[in-house]
Amino acid sequence: MRDHVGPVLTVIAAILAVWYGAAVWMNAAWTQQQAARAGTTVSLSEILADTMQQDRPRLPAPHQVAVELWETTAEKKVTSKRSLVYHGWITLSATLLGFAIGTGLGMLLAVGIVHSRAMDMSVMPWAIASQTIPILAIAPMIIVVLNSVGVSGLLPKAIISAYLSFFPVVVGMVKGLRSPDVAQLDLLRTYNASRAQMFWRLRLPASLPYLFTSLKVGIAASLVGAIVGELPTGAVAGLGARLLAGSYYGQTVQIWSALIGAAVLAGLLVGLIGLVQRVTLRRMGLAR
Amino acid sequence: MLSAEEIDGFRDEGASPVTPPDGPVIDARGLELVFQTNDGPVHALNDVNLQISKGDFVSFIGPSGCGKTTLLRAIAALETPTDGQLMVNGMTPDAARRSRAYGYVFQAAGLYPWRTIAANVKLPLEIMGFDKAEQERRAADVLRLVDLEGFERKYPWQLSGGMQQRASIARALAFDADILLMDEPFGALDEIVRDHLNEQLLKLWERTEKTIAFVTHSIPEAVYLSTRIVVMSPRPGRITDVIDSPLPRERPLDIRDTPEFLAVAHRVREGLRAGHAYD
Repeated sequence: MRDHVGPVLTVIAAILAVWYGAAVWMNAAWTQQQAARAGTTVSLSEILADTMQQDRPRLPAPHQVAVELWETTAEKKVTSKRSLVYHGWITLSATLLGFAIGTGLGMLLAVGIVHSRAMDMSVMPWAIASQTIPILAIAPMIIVVLNSVGVSGLLPKAIISAYLSFFPVVVGMVKGLRSPDVAQLDLLRTYNASRAQMFWRLRLPASLPYLFTSLKVGIAASLVGAIVGELPTGAVAGLGARLLAGSYYGQTVQIWSALIGAAVLAGLLVGLIGLVQRVTLRRMGLAR
Repeated sequence: MLSAEEIDGFRDEGASPVTPPDGPVIDARGLELVFQTNDGPVHALNDVNLQISKGDFVSFIGPSGCGKTTLLRAIAALETPTDGQLMVNGMTPDAARRSRAYGYVFQAAGLYPWRTIAANVKLPLEIMGFDKAEQERRAADVLRLVDLEGFERKYPWQLSGGMQQRASIARALAFDADILLMDEPFGALDEIVRDHLNEQLLKLWERTEKTIAFVTHSIPEAVYLSTRIVVMSPRPGRITDVIDSPLPRERPLDIRDTPEFLAVAHRVREGLRAGHAYD
């Protein structure tokens, strides 16, 4: 563990250095324009200082984002509409619901595809085609169509989220269910095992390592889906709404803090699945 | 996960272990098996005639492509002959499979990595619907038979290759089939482990009085283990020689240095060479 601290800190330091450098470079123009408009001249040190603290910088400096993050999480009540935790929770609930739907659907489709040649040939191409459509194009249609039949709020976002997350689950699970080799299937045939027995005793356990890998991809995709689903709803609530509102009003600090909030959330979710994966596989005797 | 009906259905189909008192346990007459491949038909078995009696230890030896594994798989109803007659315990291979006539040991141990050794051995018992207590008892019995007591709770990766293969033999023995079909079970193991396992297999055969059909590449292994050696050759896969071993049933490892042993080994080698002469 100690061996990792050095490299990790070095990478973080490098990112911060590039970020600060880019902030100075991108924000300096505005400082100079303001000075020119006021008819004054600014020294280099004044430019440097100003680029770190503009209200609407092109690229906010890291500490501005950090302060915004602190103020909108720790210092606001979680019920406040200005709290990032409040918006994060709204996105998270849609993400989790969508992930559950997507995973369930994905697993069902995978089982069908593995057991039925007809489903393999008819469903798989559509699953692949579904992922070639840009989600940004289809998300507003899903929202509008569902809205017109009276479904609004959490569910439409969750469906967009499920739309993105079912695919990695299908692909990974199909691969996992097909992972037992011919000899292992032949062995079960010599016991005269039924297809159900083959599934529960061999295919399903063999597929779990593949499934967990897919779930990690799937939950990140779910989060993206939920955020995208929040964009066409008119920026009411959620991390997506924070992004959209931030861009309406040029609140770059708010955009960046919402982005970082989303990234942290994604990291936590993927980490959580990794934890479940480790515990499950260890209990199954698959981890060494 | 078996429903009561499934268990009953299974028992109805296969509970009566029908072994004809006299006739051969495995009886092949004019057996043909042709695989249709993209390169045209492949004649895997050509006019195979063979009778194996109860308690025999029969080895099938020959170069790759001679059909020895295909013959074993046909006996196990994993391949369907295209012509001729094949009976196992007086039934069709498929009926024999349903009546649990044989245990099959593959070249790879094929233990489930997510199951302990004991749970792996219980796999066929679970599928066949034995009750829990009976599963425990049988698993303990067969693990003792292959000298794996004390490893019940270990996972396969914690065992050496030889021990894994012993566990897979225990799994094949667990439901007490009369016939053991073994497809190069020790092919992937080193010589020292193989010698040891050969010795153990002979003891096991003596104690259990099973009929064993054993596929191998190794002449010493075939001669050491078998009461009968079936020499096969490829293109088309066929039997070229059947040797009744003059060696006694009691076989210490150093029997392999006796003139009788060497004479049988020589005949096998000659048979293999003759089968190869034309290509």
